[in-house]
Amino acid sequence: MTDGGPRPSSVERLLEVRNLKVHFPTPDGVVKAVNDVSFVIDAGETLGVVGESGSGKSVTFLTVMGLVTSKQARIEGEILFRGQDLLRLPAEELRHFRGKRMGMVFQDAMTSLHPFYTVGEQIVEAIRAHERAGKKEAWDRAVDMLDLVGIPRPAERARQYPHEYSGGMRQRVMIAMALALNPDLLIADEPTTALDVTVQAQILELIDRLKQEFRMAVVLITHDLGVVAEHCDHIQVMYAGTIVESGRTRDIYYDAHHPYTWGLLQSIPRLDSDEDEPLQPIKGLPPSLIFVPSGCPFHPRCPHVMDVCREVVPPLLPSDGHHSSACHLSLAEKERIFREQVLERA
Amino acid sequence: MTLLDRTPATADGRPPRTPLLRIEGVKKHFPITRGVIFQKKIGQVHAVDGIDLDVYPGETLGLVGETGCGKSTLARLILKVYDVTEGRLFFDGDDYTNFSRRKMRPLRRQIQMVFQDPYASLNPRKTVGSIIADPFRIHGSVPKGKIKANVQELMELVGLNPEHYNRYPHEFSGGQRQRIGVARALALRPRLIVCDEPVSALDVSIQAQIINLLERLQSDFGLTYIFIAHDLSVVKHVSDRVAVMYLGKVVEIAGGSTLYRDPKHPYTGALLSAVPIPDPDLSAHKKRIVLEGDVPSPIDPPSGCRFHPRCPRSREVAAEAGYSDQPHPQCREEEPALAPHHPGQVAACHFPLADRAVIEAS
Repeated sequence: MTDGGPRPSSVERLLEVRNLKVHFPTPDGVVKAVNDVSFVIDAGETLGVVGESGSGKSVTFLTVMGLVTSKQARIEGEILFRGQDLLRLPAEELRHFRGKRMGMVFQDAMTSLHPFYTVGEQIVEAIRAHERAGKKEAWDRAVDMLDLVGIPRPAERARQYPHEYSGGMRQRVMIAMALALNPDLLIADEPTTALDVTVQAQILELIDRLKQEFRMAVVLITHDLGVVAEHCDHIQVMYAGTIVESGRTRDIYYDAHHPYTWGLLQSIPRLDSDEDEPLQPIKGLPPSLIFVPSGCPFHPRCPHVMDVCREVVPPLLPSDGHHSSACHLSLAEKERIFREQVLERA
Repeated sequence: MTLLDRTPATADGRPPRTPLLRIEGVKKHFPITRGVIFQKKIGQVHAVDGIDLDVYPGETLGLVGETGCGKSTLARLILKVYDVTEGRLFFDGDDYTNFSRRKMRPLRRQIQMVFQDPYASLNPRKTVGSIIADPFRIHGSVPKGKIKANVQELMELVGLNPEHYNRYPHEFSGGQRQRIGVARALALRPRLIVCDEPVSALDVSIQAQIINLLERLQSDFGLTYIFIAHDLSVVKHVSDRVAVMYLGKVVEIAGGSTLYRDPKHPYTGALLSAVPIPDPDLSAHKKRIVLEGDVPSPIDPPSGCRFHPRCPRSREVAAEAGYSDQPHPQCREEEPALAPHHPGQVAACHFPLADRAVIEAS
């Protein structure tokens, strides 16, 4: 597994992660949170990262941001941002990338904002940490950013504290802060999970709009297969610290190749279906990351398990230029099963 | 079997059976006070503000709405965790609104609850066996010597290994803990179970397991559910009828498919259009109604129709009538009542949406 699949070379490659491993030593054993993950993000694209809790989706991108460091974990592999390996940069230089070139938005906006400082002050701090800007200039930029993310009466609101904002508005503040320095990459980790659907729609629409205006790439980390269907160009599905399938959005929904992806698609209730057939859950539980199953990590839950799955880790192999999956089933088998069992229902 | 077949209302909108639970004009206002010793009431939160709802035996009534719409307060009122400020509650025809704690006891066997957070709703210092046995002990419905056998039978029923009787909650995963919560609710063979966001904290693959479990138990024991969730896809899947709440009021009730195919209240339309659909082609054709702003404060709810400040439909109608860019005066002044539309469908709107689905059939 060396590459997330070949891509046309004309587009600019923004981020390339190669064979990333992140292992946390704990008193109970080594938690293998990320295991040999490789992928590519092109400038301007939106990548959806889907997986359940403990699939390694957040840890992967916290490591990319430099928020998981070698102090806490054993990190191997390469994280190339425009060709420069972030894992080998000294801390001082990494600061230039984190925050300035890459911004991140977290799930819980309330705990991400400092309750003692006004919203404006917090954005000013982010700007002045990275750029030589006067207080007045930075403040004006903070107000402009709040305006841009759709906060009414921004000059007044900038002087308010986070508790005076609603959940959706706080998430807008987080986005304003992440974008204040005009980054090339925005990583949004479950940005709408704590929000109501109507507010979720507002925030996702905002991210889509700003993506165009700032010409940046976006990583949308989520467990919601609906959210990624509407907002992403590429999707990668993660399970137990590995990428089990990656492809263009249409590949994942209309031509999925991995039994775990099938399981996800079949286990969600659909608003648009008239028949209410029983859901088909994936049996069993996600594995412990300390004792990851041998061979394919999904094999204990897989309805199509074969002998080889228990012993050999399947590599993430491309079936065409964009679409790859890590499964021992033959391509013909995958296509047949998907057609007969998964599409039937959807 | 489609959802409509199971909808208990007949064509003329009148129920064929007596409801198991009847909620009549129920209100719950929480006082806001100022001062420590001399407390002065300075306002009140209109958490639930006049709700009429019937729940029929054997059905699942879904309750949806955004944070702060009063759905969880309503659940707690039904269980008499809170006392109602106004209105009446009937279970199986009996008015239990003013029952004392003592008189409530036998009724509590019949109405049980499953909570959202399987981590917070189980005592970490008790074994699973004793958590599930609590209802037996409290109500003395099973002789002491038979409690263990009964508990293990329940554990088996909800898909837990009965050998794990002596384990503690932290030894179980989220999904298994929710099964423990279901087993506890089921212990006294209740007739009505109020499920407050029972699957929201669970991963997708586990969520489906719990939903299937709840559905199986319903058909095995003839249970009636009130199913509260903010995820509309889940609610539509499990419910026979869905009630949509906004700021302490029910704005629309309909069978799941009817609601999805032909919502009448603009708020329902907006809510449905905001649900992301896991199908890229379909979602590209979706009509999006993005609501402006946030839900107003329930301390001082808007006049007339509570949805009017955010209602795109009201503005549309107003513009046609020559009022520029403001909600229609009728919506601001007059509160709409629930009026029948399709069989089994009622909506509280002066200008209901015309026949249209949120997504055209593909």
